[in-house]
Amino acid sequence: MVLVLLIVSLGVFALVALLPGDPAVAILGEGHPASTYDDLRTELGLNDPMLTRYADWLGGALTGDLGRSVVPPRSDVSDRVVSALPVSVEIAVLGLLIALLVAVPLAMWSAYHEDGVLDRMISAGTFAVLSVPGFLAGLLLIMVFVNALDWFPRSEWVRISDGDLLGNLHHAFLPALTVALVELAMFTRVLRSDLIVTLREDYILAARAKGMPPLRILFTDALRPSSFSLVTLLGLSLGRLIGSTVIVEYLFSLPGMGSLVVNAANQGDFPMVQGAVLVIAVIYVLINAGIDLSYGYLDPRTRKAHV
Amino acid sequence: MSETALLPAAPEAPAVPAARGRSARVLVLSIAGLVASVAMILLSASPDYFVTTLRLVVAAAGVALMVVSGSALGRQLFGPAFDLSFWFSVAWLLLLGLAVTFAPWLPFGEHLDVANSLDQPINASPDPFSANPLGTNLFGLDLLARSVYGARSSLVIAVTAVVIGTVIGGAIGMVAGYFQKSVDRVVGIFTNSLLAVPPLILLIALATVLEPRIRNIAFALSLLTIPGMVRLARATTMLYAPREFVVAARALGATRVRILFRELLPNVLLPIVSLAIVMISILIVAEASLSFLGLGIEPPEPTWGNMIAEGEGTVFEDHPHIVLVPGTFLFLTVFAFNLVGEKARRRWDPRSVKL
Amino acid sequence: MTAPLLEVDDLRTRFLTPRGPMVAVDGVSLTLAAGETLGIVGESGSGKSVLGRTIMGLITNGPTTTVTGAVRVDGADIHQLTPQGRRALWGTKIAMVFQDPMTSLNPTKRVGTHLSESLRFHRGLSRGAARTRAVELLKLVGIPEPERRAGQYPHELSGGMRQRVVIAMALACDPKLLIADEPTTALDVTVQKQILDLLQSLAERLQMATILISHDLGTVSGRTDRVAVMYAGRVVESGETRDVFAQPRHPYSGALIESIPRLDAASHSLLPAIVGQPPNMLNPPSGCRFAPRCAFAQDRCRTETPALVDDVACHFPLTQALEVHA
Repeated sequence: MVLVLLIVSLGVFALVALLPGDPAVAILGEGHPASTYDDLRTELGLNDPMLTRYADWLGGALTGDLGRSVVPPRSDVSDRVVSALPVSVEIAVLGLLIALLVAVPLAMWSAYHEDGVLDRMISAGTFAVLSVPGFLAGLLLIMVFVNALDWFPRSEWVRISDGDLLGNLHHAFLPALTVALVELAMFTRVLRSDLIVTLREDYILAARAKGMPPLRILFTDALRPSSFSLVTLLGLSLGRLIGSTVIVEYLFSLPGMGSLVVNAANQGDFPMVQGAVLVIAVIYVLINAGIDLSYGYLDPRTRKAHV
Repeated sequence: MSETALLPAAPEAPAVPAARGRSARVLVLSIAGLVASVAMILLSASPDYFVTTLRLVVAAAGVALMVVSGSALGRQLFGPAFDLSFWFSVAWLLLLGLAVTFAPWLPFGEHLDVANSLDQPINASPDPFSANPLGTNLFGLDLLARSVYGARSSLVIAVTAVVIGTVIGGAIGMVAGYFQKSVDRVVGIFTNSLLAVPPLILLIALATVLEPRIRNIAFALSLLTIPGMVRLARATTMLYAPREFVVAARALGATRVRILFRELLPNVLLPIVSLAIVMISILIVAEASLSFLGLGIEPPEPTWGNMIAEGEGTVFEDHPHIVLVPGTFLFLTVFAFNLVGEKARRRWDPRSVKL
Repeated sequence: MTAPLLEVDDLRTRFLTPRGPMVAVDGVSLTLAAGETLGIVGESGSGKSVLGRTIMGLITNGPTTTVTGAVRVDGADIHQLTPQGRRALWGTKIAMVFQDPMTSLNPTKRVGTHLSESLRFHRGLSRGAARTRAVELLKLVGIPEPERRAGQYPHELSGGMRQRVVIAMALACDPKLLIADEPTTALDVTVQKQILDLLQSLAERLQMATILISHDLGTVSGRTDRVAVMYAGRVVESGETRDVFAQPRHPYSGALIESIPRLDAASHSLLPAIVGQPPNMLNPPSGCRFAPRCAFAQDRCRTETPALVDDVACHFPLTQALEVHA
C-alpha cells in the first residue's frame, strides 16, 4: 500500500513537471529581465534536480506542508485543501447516503417480487439511468429544479461552520442527488441480483418453513450475506464518486477539491495540483483498505476460526 | 436370476413440441399500436400545433406505446425470446455507424464552418419537415449534422482507446497471469497505482499537460481501460492455465509464446471483447465529460460533450433542444453499447457478475 | 375413531414449465394419525419431495403452480388459507427438516439464534427464556456442550451436528407434524443411523406425527408404522410397513425391495437393479406408468391406468413373495 502511494506521488510529481509553460512567467507576467525569472525559479526550487525536488516535496508532505501555490495570492496549499475537502466530502457522503437509502429498499422489493411488473420497470429504469452521463443528469436536474421550479439554488455555498445547517443542506441537496443517481442505479442492480441468489438458498426456505414473515426474512436472513457485493461496490464506487463530485462541483460552482484541481490545472499551479491529487489518492487508498477490513466483520466464515 | 433383470428397456420419451402462441389479434393490435405511436411522435415534434408540455406528454406516450407494441409484434413474429431493446440497440449502432462512415456524402446541413451557415436561422427548434430537422445552434450550425460528426469524434476516440487498452492491457494481463510470481507482483503494483487515482482526476491531470487533440485524448482514455483489462486477462489466464490442454501443449514441447498465443489467447479473447464493448460506452461518457468541462475537443469541432456545454446557462431555458439533441444521441449510444456489452458478457465471460 | 391429524385428498400439483405443463404429484391421497410415522419412498423424480412440500404448503397455488385437491391438517385445508394463515402453521403445527444441513442454516447467524428466533416470534418468549429453551432443545437432540454450541456459527459444527440443529429448529415450537425430506441423504452412513434413531425417539417421546421421505428403503424399514411407495407422481402401494416389506404387492415395490443389496448374496452375483429410467414427467406414458419397466406388464397395463384399489395400484398385483436370488 505504501509502495503504491509512493509510486502515485512520483507519478503526480513527474506529470506536473511536464506542464507546458514557465511557472515563473506565469507568476510574474511577461516583460521582466531574464535574471528575475531565474531568481524566482531558484527560489521555487525549479532549478534543482528532479529527485531533490521530489524528496523535498514528499518530506514536506509527510509533515503536513504541501508547499505554496505559485499563483497569486500564493496561499498555502494545505490550507486550501483543508478548506475545500469538507465540501467535496459532504457532497460525496450525502450522495452515497441518498443512494443507499433508496437502493436498499428498492432492491429488496425488486428481488422479492422477481420478474414482476414493478421489478422489470425498476430494472429498465436503473439501466437507463446508468446510461445517462453525470453532467447531463445534473443539467437536467438543474433545468427542472432550479430553472423551472426554483426549489434549489445553483451557486454559492453555505458552510456548516457558519452555523447554518439548513442553508448548507439546501445548497448541498441537488449536487448530492446528481451524484447519487448513478450510484443508486448501480447499487440497486447489484444488490437485487445478489438478493435473488441469496433468496434461493436453502436456509431461506428453512426460515420460511419456520413460519417467519417475509419482511423479516428479507432483513435478517437475506440482507447480511448479500451485503458483500454492496460493500465491494461501495469501494468500487469511490473512484466514480470522486469523478462525479468534480463534475457536480463544476456544474454548481462549489468550492470543493474538484474545482480546486481543475482550476489549479488550468492555471498551471503545479504545487496545488500535486498536493490536491496526493491527498485524494491517500484518502482513496485508505478507504479501500478499510473496506477490505470490513469483510471480516460481515462474514464470520472469514474471521479466524476458533474451533 | 432375479425377474427384474429381464425387464425390457424403457422406450424413449417422445419430444415435446415447442409451444407457439400465435395470435392474430395480438399481431394486428401491435401493428396498429406501432403506427399510432409513430403518428404521435411526429405530431409532437412539429412545433406549431401544441404547447410544449402537451407535446412532451404526447411524445412520451408515443414512445411508450411504440415500445410495448414493438415488443409484442417482435414476440409474435420471432418467438418469446425476442428482446426489443437489444435489437433496437443493434439497429441504432448500425445506423449511427453508417451515418458516421458516409457522413461527408449525406445531405446534412453545415456542421462546422460558420461562414457557410450565415443564411440559416439560429437556435431553431427541431422540425422534422425543415432543412434542419433537429434544429440549429447559436451559430446556425445544423444540429443533426453536428451530432453525427460528434458521433464520429466520440466513437473514433472511444474505439481507438479501447483497442489500445485491450491490446496492451490484455497482453500484460496474460503475461502476468501465466508467469505469475515476480512479474505478477510488479504488474500488480503498477495496476494498483494506476487505479489509486480516481479516473476523472487522472484525465484532468493528463488533459492539462497534453494538447486537446484526438490522439492525445485517446491515449489518456486508454490508460483508463488498461487496469481493468489487465485484471480480466490475468484472471481468465489463471483460470485456463492449469487446464489439461495447456499442460498437454507444454508436454509436447510448445514454447511459452506459442502456448500464450495458440492455447490461452482464444479463451481469453471472448471475455475481453465483451468487457471492451462495455468499456466503449464508459469511454464515450468519459470523453463527453472531458469535453463538457472544456478540457477535451474544443469547439467548433463538434463532440457531444461540448455541444451540451453550449447549452449551459440561460440558453438552456429558452432553447432546450441545444442540450437535448446531443444529449439524446449520447444517451441512446451509451445505452446501446451497454446493452449489447452486457449481453456479450453474459454469454462469453465465465465469471461475469450480473449487473 | 378420532379424526386423523393429516388428510391428503386427491392432491395434484402441476407446474407450468417453459417446456410445457408438468404434473409432479398426480392424485395422491393418504391419512396420518397423531403420533404415527409414515414413510414415503420413491426414486428421484417420483414426486416425493414435491409431495412433502405441497403437504406443508410451501408449494401452493401461484403464477406457475396449480394445486388441486385438499390437504387438511386438523380439519383445515392448508391451500385454502391465506399466506398469513399458512405461515401461522409453519413451525408451530407443521415443521419441516430439509435434506442438506450445510445449506439449511444461515452461515451468518449463530446456532442459538436459529432456535431462539422462532421461539421469540411464535411464542413471545423473552430473550433469556428463549436462550435457555434453545440450549434445552440442543440437549434434546443430543448435542454435547449445548451452551457453547449455541454461540457458535454453523460452519463450526460437523454435518451430523448441523442436522441435529436443523431438527431442533423444527421442534422448537412443538409441532404436531414433522415432515423430514431425505434428512440423512447428505450425511455419512454412520451418522445417518444416529439421526434416524434420533428422529424415531423424538417422535415417540413427543407423540409427534412424522412423514419420512426417502429414496432409500433401508431408511424407512423398521422406523415407520406405514409406508407409501411412489412412482411417477402416484402412490402405487401403501400399507403397514411390515406387511409391505414382507409381501409387496406392486411389482415396483417388489423390485425396490429386491434391489436392496444383501450381505448373504453369493459373491460376484449381479446386483439386482430395475432396468430402464423413470418416465419423463412432461409426457408420461399412458396406462400404468410403470408398465414400460415391469416384468409382468400385459396389454391391459399399457392402455388402462390402474386405480388404487385396496392400497395397491396394479391390474395384476403380486400374490406371492418374489423369488429372491435364484
